[in-house]
Order: sequence, then structure tokens, then C-alpha cells
Amino acid sequence: MNQDSPIVEIRNLGYAVGGRPIFDGLDMDIPRGKVTAVMGPSGTGKTTLLRLVTGQVRADAGSIHVAGEDMLRLKRADLYGLRRRMGMLFQNGALLTDLSVFENVAFPIREHTDLAERLIRQLVLIKLEAVGLRGAADLMPSELSGGMGRRVALARAIVMDPELLIYDEPFVGLDPISLGVILRLIRRLNDTLGITSIVVSHDVQEISTVADQVFLLSGGKVVAGGAPQELKTNPTEIVKQFIGGLADGPVPFHFPAPDYFSELMSRSEEP
Amino acid sequence: MIGELWESFTDALEGLGSVVHFLFRLVGNTPRVLLRFSLISQQIFNSGALSLIIIMLSGLFVGMVLGLQGFQLLQRFGSEEALGTAATIGLVKELGPVVTALLFAGRAGTALASELGLMRATDQLSAMEMMAVDPIQRVVVPRFLGGVIAMPLLAAIFSVIGIYGAQLVGVQIMGVDSGSFWSQMRAAVSFSDITEGIAKSVAFGVACSLIAVFQGYYATPTAEGVGRATTTTVVTSAVVILFLDYLITAAFL
Repeated sequence: MNQDSPIVEIRNLGYAVGGRPIFDGLDMDIPRGKVTAVMGPSGTGKTTLLRLVTGQVRADAGSIHVAGEDMLRLKRADLYGLRRRMGMLFQNGALLTDLSVFENVAFPIREHTDLAERLIRQLVLIKLEAVGLRGAADLMPSELSGGMGRRVALARAIVMDPELLIYDEPFVGLDPISLGVILRLIRRLNDTLGITSIVVSHDVQEISTVADQVFLLSGGKVVAGGAPQELKTNPTEIVKQFIGGLADGPVPFHFPAPDYFSELMSRSEEP
Repeated sequence: MIGELWESFTDALEGLGSVVHFLFRLVGNTPRVLLRFSLISQQIFNSGALSLIIIMLSGLFVGMVLGLQGFQLLQRFGSEEALGTAATIGLVKELGPVVTALLFAGRAGTALASELGLMRATDQLSAMEMMAVDPIQRVVVPRFLGGVIAMPLLAAIFSVIGIYGAQLVGVQIMGVDSGSFWSQMRAAVSFSDITEGIAKSVAFGVACSLIAVFQGYYATPTAEGVGRATTTTVVTSAVVILFLDYLITAAFL
């Protein structure tokens, strides 16, 4: 396969939930070997986009190719084969709560290979060392802080040496130190392991420091794309509102509602 | 009115259809899971061994009550020696499987449903899917089989302890002759009585475990959804157990 071709190619993507369109004609190319950020206001379908790319849900229209595979035609066995080449970090870590940190990281190896116990131990310790948590191998997930849990989940996501690593909102609820750790890990893992990273986030400042390329989603389409610096100088209203964190703009402050005055004056007792 | 009734009837039928479909999925995955028996034995421990105390205590008290009530009743006809037979048949055919299943639904069924529901709510099942591990195979089938295997064992233990409880009250306290208590029981309880008890507990095992894993697996991933899944597990299991009990009793007549 051509190494220059994008690892994820999305063309004219259409997807609706309960008749409400989430994506309508979305196009996106995610290049290999780079950290690509997907940003956008809450509710623009960033997480849904990840679910589409990983084959957890199927698109209604258009096409998605991941590592050359057509996600709309992929059979279940082939989808599982493709997923072995992907790692995903869930928003809350999604560690298996009945297994220790060590067993969580060992889980994919045990499920997919028949490696000797000694080898599994070495692989797990190497990955835990990479996220700085080798010393926590015997702890249970309930004994970890939010940031530590996410780092363990990251070790688990890279244990099968994926080509593509996907982060769903990796910075939510982290203290500044843990956040800095995760940021550095995203960059370091991407460069040292030679993988491709997709980070879904709405933390503008954080993501600008680590991403090579940013896509801004709004209204079911990509409204801006390019290097983080380019986005900061983008004159479009929606980009200015998002990057500047302005309360009102193309994304309105108010949820659609009937006229304020007439609702206050109405005699109805319903809320 | 009729429209609403019809709608709830079709809803119920649709629900039943999806449960049966789920059962086929579980059965289809069973052979592969059987190769990894350690996953199942862990669940037999969780559903079975951890339910032992409640099952044994309940069995003892149910047996003691049977001993007391049976003695009172049989004494009127001067046939208190038949106490062993009466208590054993009552326990092996009815109370053992039914009470065990009801307790199982309350203890292990709710644990299964809430565990799976919380795994869904905390993305653990999605995480497995993303690691190319089928949660049905890795998580659901072992729990289902664990329950199916544990139930007959628990029912047998319940009945044995219950018979001991009946003996404790009947023989030790009320003074029924020990020899006739045991010999009449051995003479009167037939193999088919025991088969009926086993058939019931296997059927209840399948029903309870299926309802629990189905409710948990498809729970709405919120606190309220998991709560509802647990409640539905107990309520549905209780009704289904009693309904199946009637069907199997009728079939063995």
C-alpha cells in the first residue's frame, strides 16, 4: 500500500440519528504518521465520527476507507482484523474493572496470542514503563486516579503495536500535570512508534501544542482544516468563535426557544 | 383501548423474539467458550459458590418449616412416619428448584445484570469490541453458562440441606422415628421425582441466567437504566420461574 496515501479517507459522509442528520457531505483525509486533531463544539458528532471510523456504527451514505479497507463493506471477521491494527483510548479509560492494571494491559495479548507468560510479562512492563506506571502494575483500576487510569488505558491501546491510535477526549477532567503528561505521551508515542494519531477534543490550547493538523467540525461538515497556526488566523466567524471561546456567534448561546417575553407573560402553568 | 392492548401484546412478542434471538447467539458461541473452561469456572464460582450461604441457610429453614407443618398435618392421620417422604418430595420436586431459582435471581441474577449494565455504561464492552474481542464470547457466554451450571448444583444442595432441616425438626425435636423417616423416604421417592427436580432447575438456570445477561447487556447505559435492568431481572425471572414450574410439573404428570 502506498505510504503516502491517507490512512483514513472519508468522502461525502452522511449519517443521521433518529432522522436528525449528524453528518451531511463530510470529507476528510487523515495523513499517516501525523497527529491529527478533530475539534468542534459539543454535539457536532466528534465521537460519532470516531465510531464511524472504527466501524462501531455504519454510515448511511458516502464512503470511509481506513488503511485501505472499505468500512461499509467490511465483514465482521475482517473488521476485527482491522481493529487489531488500531488502538483506542476511551474518554473514561474503559479499563476492565475486575482485572488489575497488569492484566488490563495484558488482556489483548492474552486474547489474541499464545505467547509465553514470561514474554507477556516483558511486553506489558515495557508498555507500562512507557506511560510511567510500571510501579502500578499490581493496583486495581479503582485505586487509580483519573489521569493514571487513562495512562493505563493508553498502555493497553498500544500493547498490540497498532498503526492507528485514536483518542476520544483524552483531556477531559484532568489536572494540569496529568494533562501535560498525556499531551507529551501523545506526541512521543506517535513519533517513537511511528504510528498515526487521531485526537478528538475541544481543548483548543492543549491540542494546538501537539497536533500537526486540525479539522474543525460544525454543522455536519469540516468548516476549517490545516495547521493549528493557520486556524488561529482563519477569518471565518465560526472558527473565530471556537478558537476565541466566544459565548455567542454562529453557535448561538441560546438553545432554540419561543419568544422570551410572551413565554414569561403566558398564563400556562406548564414548565 | 383495544389498540393499546394490541400494541403491548406485539411489544411483548417482540421482546420475547429478541430474547430468543439472543439465546441463539449465546448457544452459537458456546462451543468456543467451552474450550476456555477457566472463564466458565470463574463464573460458576461467582454465581454459585458466592450464593452458597444464602442457599444453605434458606434450605435449612424451609426444611425445618416443612418438618413442623408436615408433622402437624400428618399427625392428624397418625402417619407422621411419612414425614420424610412428604418433605423430600416437596423439596426435590418443588421447593428446592423454585426457591433456589428465586434466590438465585435475587442474588446472582441482579449481580449479573448490574455488572453487565455497568460494563456497558463505562464503555468496557465497547473497549473490548475495539480490541477485537467479542464481548458476547468473552463476557456474556461464560456468565450465562456459569449460571446454567450453578443452578442445578445449588438446587441439589438446597434440597439436601432442606431434608436435613426436616429431619432435625421431625426426628430430633418432634420425636418421629428415625428409622421410618429415612426408610419410608427411600421407598417412596422415585427416580422420576428427582429427574423432575433436575429438569426444573436446569430450565430455571437457563431462564434466570438468560434474563439477567440479556437485561444487563442491553441496559440503557445510565444509572437509571442499570437500576431498571436489575429490577426487571428479578421481576421477570420470578414470573418466568413460576410459569415454567407449572409447565414442567404438568409435563411430568
